[in-house]
Amino acid sequence: MITKVLMEALSPTMEEGKVLTWLKQEGDTVTDGDVLAEVETDKAVMELQARGAGVLRTILAGDGATVEVGSLVAIIADPDDDITALAGGGSAPPAPAPESEPAADAAPAPKSPATPEAPPAPTDAGARIKASPLARRMAGERGLDLATITGSGPSGRIVKRDVEHARAPAAVAAPTAAPGGFEDVELTQIRKTIAKRLTASIGPIPHFFLTTEVDMERAADARAALNALDDGPRISFNDIILKAVAHALRQHRACNAWWMDDRIRYFNDVHVAMAVAVDDGLITPVIRHTDRKSLREIAMESRQLAERARERKLTPEEYTGSTFSVSNLGMFDIDQFTAVINPPEAGIVAVGSIEEKPVIIDGELEVRRRMRLTMSCDHRVIDGATGAQFLQTVKRMLENPMALVW
Amino acid sequence: MPIITYRDALNHALNEEMERDPNVFLMGEEVGVYQGAYKVSRGLLEAHGDRRIVDTPIAELGFAGIGVGAAMVGLRPIIEFMTWNFALLAIDQVVNSAAKMLYMSGGQVHVPIVFRGPGGAALQLAAQHSQAFESWYAHIPGLKVVAPATPYDAKGLLKSAVRDNNPVVFLEGEMLYNSKGEVPEEEYTVPLGSADVKREGGDVTLICHSKTVAVCLKAADRLHAELDVSAEVVDLRSIRPLDVATILASIKKTNRCVVVEEGWPFCGVGAQIVDEIQHGAFDDLDAPILRVTGEDVPMPYNKQLERAAKPNPDKVIAAVKRVAYLD
Repeated sequence: MITKVLMEALSPTMEEGKVLTWLKQEGDTVTDGDVLAEVETDKAVMELQARGAGVLRTILAGDGATVEVGSLVAIIADPDDDITALAGGGSAPPAPAPESEPAADAAPAPKSPATPEAPPAPTDAGARIKASPLARRMAGERGLDLATITGSGPSGRIVKRDVEHARAPAAVAAPTAAPGGFEDVELTQIRKTIAKRLTASIGPIPHFFLTTEVDMERAADARAALNALDDGPRISFNDIILKAVAHALRQHRACNAWWMDDRIRYFNDVHVAMAVAVDDGLITPVIRHTDRKSLREIAMESRQLAERARERKLTPEEYTGSTFSVSNLGMFDIDQFTAVINPPEAGIVAVGSIEEKPVIIDGELEVRRRMRLTMSCDHRVIDGATGAQFLQTVKRMLENPMALVW
Repeated sequence: MPIITYRDALNHALNEEMERDPNVFLMGEEVGVYQGAYKVSRGLLEAHGDRRIVDTPIAELGFAGIGVGAAMVGLRPIIEFMTWNFALLAIDQVVNSAAKMLYMSGGQVHVPIVFRGPGGAALQLAAQHSQAFESWYAHIPGLKVVAPATPYDAKGLLKSAVRDNNPVVFLEGEMLYNSKGEVPEEEYTVPLGSADVKREGGDVTLICHSKTVAVCLKAADRLHAELDVSAEVVDLRSIRPLDVATILASIKKTNRCVVVEEGWPFCGVGAQIVDEIQHGAFDDLDAPILRVTGEDVPMPYNKQLERAAKPNPDKVIAAVKRVAYLD
C-alpha cells in the first residue's frame, strides 16, 4: 500500500509550507497518525501527520525545503512496493535499502496493484481573478498581486483605477552603506503573509482615522483595586480596553462588520482580536464573545493566547474569525499611531501609551493619566459619524469603568 | 478660410478633377439638366458639356455597367446614384465587375471608378430608403469605401477617390449636404485609409464616421460638461482601407472604447473594429468595447420611432458610462 505524503493546508490561508525538521527518517516504520515532520506555515509551526502506515521510503522535500500546498513531500509504502514512478526520475535521494528494483523488465504486473491516489489537498488557488486585460498588465508591471486588489467593476472585476489606487508593496528604505555591511534575511512564511495581507489592506481599503484622548484616571484606579482583590490573573490596561471596545461594538453593530466585496456582513456576536507581537512578526489571536466575558476571563484568556502566540502554538481557530481588532503599542511609549485594518474587518483601534499630562478640568489645572485611541475605519463600511460615535462610547466606558461591570 | 457646405465641397471636387483630367466624367440620373437630385452637380453641365455630364435613364444596373466598361478602357467615370438604396439594383456591377476585374484579369485591367451618392437615413423616408450600406461594400475585397463627415474631408477624399486606380464606394449623407465647414481654396487631398482625430481626449475613444461624427462630438461635449469625462473622437473617414494604427493609438491612450455607426449591429462596421482592437490592443483594454448602432430593425417611418432607432448622444453617453465604470 503506497501513501503519498502531501504538504497539507495546515492553516486556512496557507499556500506553501516550510519543512523545519523531519521527525521520522527514511526507513522508519510509521503508522497512521504519526507525526512525520514539523512544518512552518504562514502562521505557526504545525505537525504533518502520516495518513497511512508503512515505511517512510523516501523524503522528497528535506529539512528547510519550502513547497507548495499539495506537493508530494514523501512516500510511505511497504518495503517491497515499487515507488520509482512516484518518486520521480532520480530526484529522490538514494534509498537506504535498495530493495526497490527498477521496473526495467516488462513484468506483466508489478507487485503493487494500482493504488487509488489520495486526492490532492484542497487549495483555493483555483478561483479565477477577474481583471481587465489592462489591469492585469499594469499589476504585472508594478509588481502587484491581483489577489490583493479589490475590484470595483462588475462582478468584482479589477479595472485600471483599482490598480492605480492599490499601493505598491512598501518600498524598502535604501540602506546606507554602513561599515560592517549588511544582513540579508530571507522572508519567513509569517513575514510573507503579513506583507500580503497588509498590502491587501492599505491598498484598496479607503481608510480614515479618528483619534480621541481618554482620561484613564478612573480606569487606572479600578484596575489597581481589582488587582488588589486577590491573587487571580492581573488585569492589564489592554484587557480593560478590549472589554470596553467589545461593549461598544455591542452597541454599535455598524462597526462590528466585514467588508465582503459585494456585501457587508454585520455580526451579532463580538469577537475581538488583539495584535500580539511575536519574534518575527505579529499575529492576532481572538477572544471570542469578548463582550460576554468578565474582565477576569478576558485577562486569563488574553495572557494564554499571547503566550501561545509567542510559542507559535496557536491553532487556526484561535487566530481567525475576529470581527474587530485592537492593537496596542502603549508599552513601547508610542503616544498614538494608526493601525492597519485586518481585512475583511472594517475597523481597528490603535492604543497609545498612558501618560501623565496637565489637563484643565473645571477650570483647574490637573495632572491626569491620559491615553490616545486612534480608530482606523474602512470607509466602505463605516462612515465618519458612525466611527466617531463608536469611539465616543469606548471613551465614555473607559472614563466610567463601572459601565463595564453592567 | 472660406466656409462652404458639404454639397459645395463635393461640387468643387468634381469640378476641379474634371478640369484637371479630361478622362473624368460624371454619369447618373438627373445629374445634368436638373443639376443633381441634391444639386451636387450644379453648374457642371454648363462648364463641361453633355459629353462629360451624362444624364441616364432610371436604370442603375445599366449605367453602372457602362461606367465599369468605360473605366476598363481608360476613362475615370464617376457614377452618381440618386441614393445608395437605388444602387441595390446595380450591386452586381459594383461587386461582381468593378471589384473583381483587377484580380480576374491577373492585374491587367484596372477599374478606376467612383460610385457616389447619399447613404443612410434622412428624415421619414421609411424602411426602403433609410439604409446605411457601409458594411455591405466594406465586406468586398477589391472595393475601397469612404464616408466623409465634414466638407473638408468630403472634398479632399472625393479628389483622392477620383485619382485612385481602384473602384471606390463613396457614401455621402443626405443630412450632411447642408452642413458647413472650413474648406481651403488651395488644392489639397485627403488620402484614403487615414482616420482623423476630430477631438482629443484621454478617458474614452469614440469611433465613428459620417453622420455619427456629429453625434459623438455632441456626446463628447456633454461628457466633458456633465461627467468630467474626456472623450477622444476618431473619425474613420475611410472604412476600407481601415486606419487601424490611429484606432489602436487612441485605445492605448484611453483604454476604453465605444464604436458608433448608423448601420445595423449584426456584422456591422463596428464589429470589424472591435475585432481589430481586441487583438491589436488587448492588454490596453480596461473594459469590453461597446457599440452604439442603428437599432436592429427596418427603419420605422413614424417620426418618434425613427428618432429612437438612430444613434444619438444619449445612447453614446450611456455606453461611455458603462465602459468607464461610471454606472
